[in-house]
Amino acid sequence: MANKLSIISFSGDFDKLTAVFTLATGAAAVGYEVNLFFTFWGLDAIKKKQGRSFVGGSPLTRLFGFFMGGVKAAPVSRLNFLGASPRIFRWLMRRNNVATPEELIDAAKALGVHFYACEMAMHILGLTKDDFIPEVKDVLGVASFLQIAGGGQTLFI
Amino acid sequence: MATYQLDITREHCPMTFVKTKIELAKLKAGDTLEVLLSEGEPLENVPRTSQEQGYHVLGVEPAGEKIYKVIIQK
Repeated sequence: MANKLSIISFSGDFDKLTAVFTLATGAAAVGYEVNLFFTFWGLDAIKKKQGRSFVGGSPLTRLFGFFMGGVKAAPVSRLNFLGASPRIFRWLMRRNNVATPEELIDAAKALGVHFYACEMAMHILGLTKDDFIPEVKDVLGVASFLQIAGGGQTLFI
Repeated sequence: MATYQLDITREHCPMTFVKTKIELAKLKAGDTLEVLLSEGEPLENVPRTSQEQGYHVLGVEPAGEKIYKVIIQK
């Protein structure tokens, strides 16, 4: 049986998403089964409409959707400097030939990493499965996630 | 039986492994992939993880300053 890595992607921050997808793609590339469970702010990374858009089920959740803004608008978890830091990091990444979160997400798709969305957080944010990229395999609750992650390593980022 | 080339000398973790894996997945039985990579992490781990995934490492040769060619067959 293949080794297995399951990551709960909670944060939605630029740097933490970079960590999620670096681990996910690296593990998948060396033969691990990889499961990504996106919850709360993490759901922002797998929305179909990237960039600022009014996605959500009510005026309030649509406003949250707009301000979260997807991977391109993701702040860094420290020293964000009103959004200047993610731009600086992207520039540094390109300059040093290090993959950006968007490139890592594309690689994760190509490597067959499994994407799952958290049912509870989707409910809060007024999101449906149709709001996510088609690679999102399923919508799960805790019990199903534990079953999928069982017997492998699990991380919370 | 075809031979393919891949240069990951300018890549960093995890794209060294990602690009190798994506190219390896395209191979048919008997095909070979020649991977140019840097010493250190890629040299230590690309041959090992390829072998673990059932590929055959036919050779590791120096190919320049701190650069090696790893020949992998499906």
